Parts: sequence; structure tokens; C-alpha cells
Amino acid sequence: MRDVAVIGIGMNEKWGELWEKSFRTIFVEAALNAIDDAKIDKIDAMYIGCMSGGLFVGQEHIGSLLADYLGTGPIPATRIESACASGGLAFRQAFIDVASGMSDIVLAGGVEKMLDVDGGATTYALSTAADQEYECFHGITFPGLYAMIANAHMHKYGTTRKQLAQVAVKNHKNGSMNPRNQFPFETDIDSVINSVMIADPLTIMDCSPVTDGAAAVILCPLDLAKEKFKDHPVIQVIGSGHATDSIALHSRKDLTWLSAVELSGKNTYKMADKNPSDIDVCEVHDCFTIAEICATEALGFFEPGKGGMAVQDDVTAIEGKIPINTSGGLKSKGHPVGATGIAQILEITEQLRGDSGKRQVKDAKIGMTQNMGGSGGSSVCHILEVK
Amino acid sequence: MGITARNWREYPQRYRMEAAKCNKCGKIFFPPRLVCNECGNREFEQVKLAGEGKLKTFTVIRVAPSNFIDEQPYAVGIVELTDGVSTLMQITDCDPDELSIGMRVKIEFRKVQTEGDAGILMYGYKAVPLRE
Amino acid sequence: MDKKVGIIGYGSYIPRNRIKVEEIAKIWGADAPSYKRGLMLREKSVPAPDQDTITLSVEATKNALKRCNIDPKDIGAIYIGSESHPYAVKPSGTIVAEAIGAVPAIHSADFEFACKAGSEGMFVAHGLVKAGLIKYGLGIGADTSQGAPGDALEYSASAGAASFIFADHELLAEIEFTYSYMTDTPDFWRREHQFYPQHAGRFTGEPAYFKHILGAAEGILKQSGTKPEDFKYVVFHQPNGKFPMRVGKMLGFKKEQIETGWLVPTLGNTYSGSSPLGLTAVLDVAEPGDRILMVSYGSGAGSDAFIFSCTDLLPAAQNKAKLTRDYLDKHQRYIDYGTYSKFRKKIIKNN
Repeated sequence: MRDVAVIGIGMNEKWGELWEKSFRTIFVEAALNAIDDAKIDKIDAMYIGCMSGGLFVGQEHIGSLLADYLGTGPIPATRIESACASGGLAFRQAFIDVASGMSDIVLAGGVEKMLDVDGGATTYALSTAADQEYECFHGITFPGLYAMIANAHMHKYGTTRKQLAQVAVKNHKNGSMNPRNQFPFETDIDSVINSVMIADPLTIMDCSPVTDGAAAVILCPLDLAKEKFKDHPVIQVIGSGHATDSIALHSRKDLTWLSAVELSGKNTYKMADKNPSDIDVCEVHDCFTIAEICATEALGFFEPGKGGMAVQDDVTAIEGKIPINTSGGLKSKGHPVGATGIAQILEITEQLRGDSGKRQVKDAKIGMTQNMGGSGGSSVCHILEVK
Repeated sequence: MGITARNWREYPQRYRMEAAKCNKCGKIFFPPRLVCNECGNREFEQVKLAGEGKLKTFTVIRVAPSNFIDEQPYAVGIVELTDGVSTLMQITDCDPDELSIGMRVKIEFRKVQTEGDAGILMYGYKAVPLRE
Repeated sequence: MDKKVGIIGYGSYIPRNRIKVEEIAKIWGADAPSYKRGLMLREKSVPAPDQDTITLSVEATKNALKRCNIDPKDIGAIYIGSESHPYAVKPSGTIVAEAIGAVPAIHSADFEFACKAGSEGMFVAHGLVKAGLIKYGLGIGADTSQGAPGDALEYSASAGAASFIFADHELLAEIEFTYSYMTDTPDFWRREHQFYPQHAGRFTGEPAYFKHILGAAEGILKQSGTKPEDFKYVVFHQPNGKFPMRVGKMLGFKKEQIETGWLVPTLGNTYSGSSPLGLTAVLDVAEPGDRILMVSYGSGAGSDAFIFSCTDLLPAAQNKAKLTRDYLDKHQRYIDYGTYSKFRKKIIKNN
């Protein structure tokens, strides 16, 4: 297996309601930014994370469409789907492709154009990531599933409503320093708690938004990166892990525990030969405030049940022991589902390059990403290290 | 419409809560499966799930998918039936304030969804708080 | 044909929601006290949005099955009487049979005869058992009754179901006699594609309700050689509180005989479920040897009369399922007219 590096990153200038831009345009825009950042003149293959082109814009057969519009020539282009973990998984497939020696320059992208359909259709499209016949049939929504996780977590561990809100407050504070974000504003605990209730106890300010956006990164063999792509510090992908769990929340023994996150994290640590304490900065899948708390526990940053307390004590702030979601997370950045996992890689790459400006974590050498599908039915993690 | 056959296929589970019990390790699957994820066995006995249980967790949906908008707000929970099987369902005939984790519920047959004004009626199980 | 046939299991179901006469009267500017006096009715049950004739029938039948030890697969016929079958075309019976696990060797038909469709189902199911064509027969009376907004019927039209399993052994109550009485009398009707029934005002009284109930009751008393004092209980169709009391008095029954199955003051008129639900409330408390007269009434018009005789097996079965009075008198939830309108789909959204 060859060592692999990230040599280029790109996303849209800003995520959000991109009314003027089509599905294919937002992807090509992000991909061109990554290509320009890497200064490459060809792509051997590409993997694109997209959860539901079919339901959001009526488009499937995405790999070919986007390769055509990106002008790559007739390369192998593969659409990857694992609900909201589609982007992270596309990155992993690209990593495997390069590591295996099959391809040299590979683009891993993610794209979702979510705002072309109305709210009910969006809720429906997202709900297809849950068990259609045994969850969605009964009228559950994604906020509803995470609200049930939150209630179980609060009941079992005494996690408080305020701690949930603090996740949003922290991520919006980080996000206010990230102009690409859909909602780069700060908020406070009362505003989060008193905003519109979506699924008790989660308010709209506990939820990540609906977003149009795309992101792309370029991977190549580490040796090639060291030899040819010297404009940026070389960022190596030292660990990759992927795990699944039942997509039905009710099939899990412990409703507060994200096993797929734990397992994908463990596999990643093992491959990277690192421990949670070695991680300098981490982007986790905060689709809802409770998700960040559960993910940080499952990744081993905190004991089970201690994630809420960690947020309260600023352990996960940029200046904290383990900064979480310095980008602003899905919460502030926006959550174009297929693109999210790629944007996490982008944030960590920037952090390790030292390019994060006001959000920069001091001396960040090793960074991690965790991207999750559904209510935890799939999870993909990566660890990157600056070389 | 595609929904008709899809719904009809699930009648044994939606109407009667029929499950499959692994002949080897005894794990009960709802809905039934072809292979046991505990022991790999492929032979099952048909069993009917218990009609009572307790709430493991719940929420109140205030922003519903298109097909449930007229029902909002409504409660959804994960019920652990007395036979140990947990499954998700609506909690009906209740006020959100009276719900709590651990609360005892029983299963009732209710209308879960309708396919618009002219399509099929979809029935199934819901939980009702036990008030005795 | 001298084998004994009767009820081996019975059950009821009444929705939890209630609306008071005052709440309806205030919307339409009506005088609540005079309505309550006139109808002898204080409140009525209201189905939740996820309840209909089918769901009520399933729950009532699950209760009936709890009171007897039979395999649902041995039920040879299911007849649901209702004027609110959820589908115009597509049987209710198939869904209920599927839900209780009684398919596929079973005969079914959905009955409609205004408020006597339930007793028709009972009559036919019992008859098939008596004829030896089936082992067990299921007869259900269930409705989520319609009453037009502002109409007198809106104060009474309610929801509930009663389910009876008939057999020729292990009887809780034997059916000793039956008698039906019918003429063409258009006192109440609902045309195809209409949401609400219409009625002919006071014409629903003497030539309709009273004539047919009296005809059926007098017929069965004569046929059986019995007198009102031979009965511990009597149940009449109860569209309001007054009619059954008055018809009982006309026939020579005392208030005490009527009251046990007289649910209407707090239940309302459950249409096809009305007299069958009254019968379940009587069976819940009756003792071995007690004789019960039940007379249904359906507009259009006709009455079915039954004489039941309770057996030694009845007391042990009574508490195996929830009692009708417990559904009626416990854990009610009172709703306002706005909620009622939403539940009953009376709000026009036009989208």
C-alpha cells in the first residue's frame, strides 16, 4: 500500500442558498478550486459523495455528468452514497484508489443541492437515510431521531439542555471566523434554547441547516506530493476507518452510544498508530448538537456521558485541550449532506497547513475527521498529519 | 402507486407484529430476517411480539414530513416490549407533557398514514400510555 | 336445529376523547341546557385522527378474543356493520380479519343499514354458526358517526365499537330467540358522495324509531312467550337518552332494567355500535341466568331483536378484558370544538 497525501482543497466561496447556481455548477466550482490549489493538470479518477441527487434535483448518474462538466475527459468517475457520510466515504475510496496503486491523481468531492425542493420534500429526502419501513413509516424525522438520542443521553447521564446549547454556541463562535459558512454569526445559550422547537428537546438552533454546497480535495501518492507539489506543506493521510451499524436506531442496545463512530475511530487510530490524546484538532459530524457530544465520546476524547460536561468546560473550544469543529461544524458552515465529509478534510488540511487564520489551532500537527450517516448507521474517520 | 405493494408486504408486521425468533440463539427479530446477526443461523420460528412495553426514549415531532403535517405535534418513541424487542412507533392518545422515559405503554391498532385524499389507508401499531 | 348458539367472546372499544354538549352549542349559538334536557345527553366520544371504524373494530375484537380461548383462524365469518366504513369500495372486514390473524379461510361482508348494521352482522354470524356452516362467527358494530356541523346530530354522533364472537359451545350467553322487523321508512339517509346524513326531523320518531322497535320487541316477546318482567336487562338503540327510556316505558320495562346498558348520556350515539355497546356493558355485570333483551334500530328502517340468557361461564370472562364502563368513565380527555373540527376533518384546507 502506498502512502497518500492531500495536495489540493477547494469549496464554494460561500455555502448557503445558492439560487443562481445549479447542482453541476456548484460541484465544478469547488472542484476547480481544488485543482487550482493543487496546481494539477490532470485527474486519473474521481469519487463524488452525493446523498440524493435524485430526490433533491432529479439527477442520478452523477459521476459521468460531473466528470463531463469538469472537463476531465473520460475518466472513471464514481458516485458514492452513504447518506450524510457520502463525502467522507468518497474520500476514503479515493484514498484506497491511490494507496492501491490503481490511480495517481484522484479527486474526492462531495455535492448536494438541497434548496430546490420545499421543506417537506427536504425532510422526506433526508429521512430516506433512516429505515423507511420501520422508522420513517411512523413519521419520524432526523431531528426526531437525534432528539430521542438526546433524551436518552440526558436521562442516562444527566446531560443538560444547556450543554446541548453550548455545542451550538461554540460552533457558531468558531464559524463566525469562517466567511465561507452559511451562518457565520455568533449566538448564545438563551437564543438556542428559546428558538423554535423542532423535536423536543431540540430547537432549530440545535440543528444543522439545509444547504447548497460542494467541496473537493485532491489526493496523490505521498512520494509524488513531496516531489512535485511543494507549494503547501505536505499533508499525509495516516489513517482511515469506516464502520456501519443498524440504520434503525431502535435496533441498538445503547441508544446513547454510536458504535459505528467508535469502531471507525478505533480502526483509524490503529492504522495511524495514534491515540485520541495525539489528536490536535478534530472535525466531527455535528448534524445536531447532541451528535457532537456523542461523537466526541465515541471517538474516545471523553468517557461515555462526559461529552456534555466537556463542552461546558470549554475543553472542545479552539483554545481547549481538543478543539472540535473549528470550522464552525455543520451547524454554522451548513450541511450539504454529500459535501460535508469533504469539507471536514478541507478544514483539517487548512489547520495542518497553518492556513486557518483566526481559527488556527496552535501547533496543529495531527488532525482528525469524523463523518456520519443517518442516526449513526455509518461512520467514516480519517487522521491527517503534516509531514 | 409503489406504496400499495410496499405497505401490503409489511402487513404481518404492521398488523400483527409478527417477528422471527432464531432457532439457535433465541434472538427475536422484528421485522423477520433471513439470517441471524448474532449466530449466523438461518432458521427461525414465527412469534408474535408482546402487546405491552415501556418507553426507552421519545420525542415530540413539531416539524413533520409532508404526509404527517396534519398530525403535528405528535409523539414518537422507542418502545421496549416485554419480550425484550425494541421498535419505534408513534405514541398516540397522549399529551406530550405526560410522557417520560420508563413509562409503561400498550400497543393499539391505529391508522398510521394515508396516501393523500384518495389513496390507500395505512394501518399499523402505535403505543398508548397505560393508564390503569 | 336445537343446538345452543350464542356468545363465546365479546369486547368493546371507546375512544378516549370527549366533547361536551356545551362546547358544541356555544359554537352554533344553541341553548346547551335545553339540548341536554331534550337529548338527555351531556357529552359524546370523538375518534382521534388515527382512529376509524377499522381500528375500533380491531381493538374491540382483540378484547373479545381475550374473553375466549379460541384460535382466530377458526373464525369462519366476519361481518362489520357501520355507516362509516373508511373505504367506499374496499372492505373493512379484510383489514380487521388480517389484523386479528383470521385470514384466509373466512367469509366476509361489510354491512350497512344505518344504525342497525352492527346487529345485522351479529344476526348473520350467529345464524351461520347455528346452521353449522362455520365454527365461529364474528359480528361487529362500529362507527365514527357523522353529524353535520350545527345539526342536531352533531351533539350525539360519536364513536365506538362492539365485537361478538358466536359459537355453539362454551357460551357466555346463549341466544334464545331472534326476531327482525323491517319496512321501507325514509327517516334518515346519506346519499353517495355526501359527507353527512340528512334526516326527516320529527318523522324519525313515531313512524320510524318507535314503530320498529315496538314491532320487533312485541314480536320477540310474543314469539318467546316472555314478558318484560322476565328480563333482568333490556338494551335499545340509543340515538339519544330519551328515546330508549320512552320506548322501554311504552313496552312496560322499568328504568332499572334499561339503565345498565344505557350509555348514551356520556357516550353519544355510536350508530351501528350503539345497542351492541349497550349489550357489552350489560354482559360486563350480568350474572348466570340473567335474561337480556336487545333491540336495535336502523333508519330506513328496521329493528333486530335478540333474547340472551347468561351462562355460568360469564362471570369468569368479564374481567379478562377492559370493561365498557371503564372505557366510558375513566381517563377521558375533553377537547374543544377547534380540536374536534381538526380531528373530524371539518376544516377546509383547499390545498
